[in-house]
Amino acid sequence: MTTADPAVADPHLYLEAQVRWRRIEIAFWLAALLPFVLTPTYLQLASQIAITALFALSLDLILGYAGIVSLGHAAYFGVGAYAAGLLSKHFWGEPLSGLAVAALLSGLVGYATSHIIVRFRHLALIMLTLGLGLLLHEAANSAHSLTGGADGLQGVRIRPLLETFRFDLYGRAAYAYSLAVLFLVFLVARRLIHSPFGLALRGIRENAVRMPAIGAPSRAHLRKIYTISAAMAGIAGALLTHTTSTVSLEVLSFQRSADVLVILILGGAGRLYGGILGAIIYMVARDQFSGINPQYWYFWIGLLLVAVVMFLPNGILGGLAKITARWHGKWP
Amino acid sequence: MSAVLSTRGLAKRFGSLVVAQDLSLALPQGVRYALIGPNGAGKTTLINLITGMLRPDAGSILLGEDDITSLRTDARVKRGLARTFQINALFPHLSALESVTIAVCERQGCAGSWWKRLPGYRDAIDEAHGILASLRLATDCYRLTRELAYGRQRLLEIALALATRPKVLLLDEPAAGVPKDESAQLFEAIAELSRDLTVLFIEHDMNVVFRFASRIIVMVGGRILVEGSPDEIARNAEVRSVYLGKAHLG
Repeated sequence: MTTADPAVADPHLYLEAQVRWRRIEIAFWLAALLPFVLTPTYLQLASQIAITALFALSLDLILGYAGIVSLGHAAYFGVGAYAAGLLSKHFWGEPLSGLAVAALLSGLVGYATSHIIVRFRHLALIMLTLGLGLLLHEAANSAHSLTGGADGLQGVRIRPLLETFRFDLYGRAAYAYSLAVLFLVFLVARRLIHSPFGLALRGIRENAVRMPAIGAPSRAHLRKIYTISAAMAGIAGALLTHTTSTVSLEVLSFQRSADVLVILILGGAGRLYGGILGAIIYMVARDQFSGINPQYWYFWIGLLLVAVVMFLPNGILGGLAKITARWHGKWP
Repeated sequence: MSAVLSTRGLAKRFGSLVVAQDLSLALPQGVRYALIGPNGAGKTTLINLITGMLRPDAGSILLGEDDITSLRTDARVKRGLARTFQINALFPHLSALESVTIAVCERQGCAGSWWKRLPGYRDAIDEAHGILASLRLATDCYRLTRELAYGRQRLLEIALALATRPKVLLLDEPAAGVPKDESAQLFEAIAELSRDLTVLFIEHDMNVVFRFASRIIVMVGGRILVEGSPDEIARNAEVRSVYLGKAHLG
């Protein structure tokens, strides 16, 4: 977050201050361990939250930082999920190598599609990502012999994590695994955001026309971040396969693409923790509201979305940042 | 010929509207050119053609000996051709320091690296800060661009272009919208730029043009009417009737 502080006279200190770890970040990651102790019966949900957060983080890299609005990001999540599922069914069920294969495959699909994606902006881009997502969804639906179609992929067999920890109903291994992977990928994303490349991406988001005029090959930058983002989404998809031992067609659905966009907007796009916070709020709300009223729970999500977009245009995290900045007597 | 930038027979039309016709120029190193002409004369179009933001229908552009007509804008920038914009084209939510650092990193070839933290690139940061300081922007360089006063934003436009270390700098109305007294300061800053740098600026204020330009190009209706020293231009009857006369009336 760029805070104006004229008291900082040294450009190195100023930039260093932007990238250093804050206490609240460390507190957040420590708090992420609390479900093991406080809510041991909700570890499956916690695991789902971590996976969704990772998916939202991957979307944030292209949307929040590079300005690529996508309504089809589930395509890469789904490729990762199916890759992990098919690998375990036909070859081997060791999860960590499965993650790597899923990341590689979804990254490849991301790279291939990025050549089209980066040529377009605005409405055309949204329609294009939507179309690509639908294409992949129907392709998986019709390839019944490979994917199981609408019945879901049968015969997914995942080995215990590190040959020791089984993915069971309690979800201890699932949450530990998902959280660890989320944290590691987050570290990569955090480093990327605070690198010269991350700064160039923000430049593209802020002014795509100016970037070539200062010597930036914008499209090459965009292809690169799109590929990285797709690989990360694929890792999230593979995590879902590994922790649930099933793959349903839903992993590629439009609903999933739309949900992750809603999550990111709720939490705050262009902020590393926006997707994570959004995932926590969205998933917990879904769990609670659907308990109260299983048919109409989306009503509350809709209400929340409208309220956030109207009153907190930078998401919940953006609103919080504004409040703390005012608290400290300076504007964000 | 020792021109650092030259164009040969550049032409561009949008449908039936001819916006550039047979534009041939040769700019030697270190010369300060003013590009003048009435509105719609094609001045900005010429800059867009030279920088690759528009593709010419005919003609070629040479930087030194190299034909750059088919290169993308960013590739031309890397070879030393930079521009600024008449309407600010900045990065509103980045600080001035961050903005200029992007340009420096692109030039140094480190803008694609994503595994090393930005503060690790001390040289790039120092250079960006130095450029901002040379334009007297050091005190404002940590503020978000959108918070800067308009005149400071115009300077940042130039800082961004300078960060690419151009051989040729094309300034599209650098003082557009700036009050008169600030406009003089802005052109002082431009005048202080390295004498090795070739500068071409579009400007409407004739006092500024005659004070800061060593050569003047006059465009009318997509053509170059005449090119010459300020004295020659001031004496040229055609220029007076077509351009100066109109300007005085307006």
